[in-house]
Amino acid sequence: MATTRNIQKRETDTMQTTERTRSGKVFTPLVDIYENNDEMVVMADMPGVDEKTIDITLEQHVLTIEGQVKPYIPEGFNLSYWEYEIGDYRRSFTLTDTIDRDKIEASYKNGVLMLKLPKVEPAKPRKITVKTS
Amino acid sequence: MNLNDLINLNPWREMDRIQRQMNRLFDNAWTPERGRTYPALNMWTNEETIKITAELPGYNPHDIHLSVSGSELTIRGNRPGYELRQDETLHRQERVFGEFERTIRLPFEVESDLVEAKFQNGVLNITLPRAEADKPKKIQIKLSQ
Repeated sequence: MATTRNIQKRETDTMQTTERTRSGKVFTPLVDIYENNDEMVVMADMPGVDEKTIDITLEQHVLTIEGQVKPYIPEGFNLSYWEYEIGDYRRSFTLTDTIDRDKIEASYKNGVLMLKLPKVEPAKPRKITVKTS
Repeated sequence: MNLNDLINLNPWREMDRIQRQMNRLFDNAWTPERGRTYPALNMWTNEETIKITAELPGYNPHDIHLSVSGSELTIRGNRPGYELRQDETLHRQERVFGEFERTIRLPFEVESDLVEAKFQNGVLNITLPRAEADKPKKIQIKLSQ
């Protein structure tokens, strides 16, 4: 049985990122990242996100994933007990490899965003000889 | 403590000892609690119904099991991990996998046959209607004349 789970959602430090125009809290999704020769794979736990609001941007070498979550407030009910908060998700990564941005694939299932970032064919190493005068 | 002890007292060692004691105290107090409170739950209530939500990203709805007895709800689930191929390198692993079980006490007894659960976008939403026998009853006071 899992005894060392870290269940606390981490709130994003908004001072460190671009200012937002949407109110409410922003959380940093937990991610797994792995790579093979052809691609990088990012899996992010983003429960409750409305699929249509998922935004993935790749600018220079910075990949940003974002998703909005509609607050859940059932009518005629009172929140009598809470352990977690609801908010949007946002996180950025700096990628070291060059990614073929036209072939990025994204899917969202059961609250997990999966991104496949194919690498651009590595450029052939070119030897540069230093001229000596 | 006599004067001799006071002279021999090493403040650094003393601080180290206190630090170690504090660490032990926190280890004992927090670690088991963390395990028990997964998943985090929110509870919405009114007189007739309880709604409980939990974030369970990456779980297959078939791997989530609920059971209700009286005023206790148990949620069990399993999120299987994945295996990497030989040519794959893991850079970061923050997500958690494996089994969990959590039992909570509900504010009132519920009608176990009428419990409903939905799972959408990784969020579990359970609706538990109050048991008829547990509903508050109005008692008419007869007037004797």
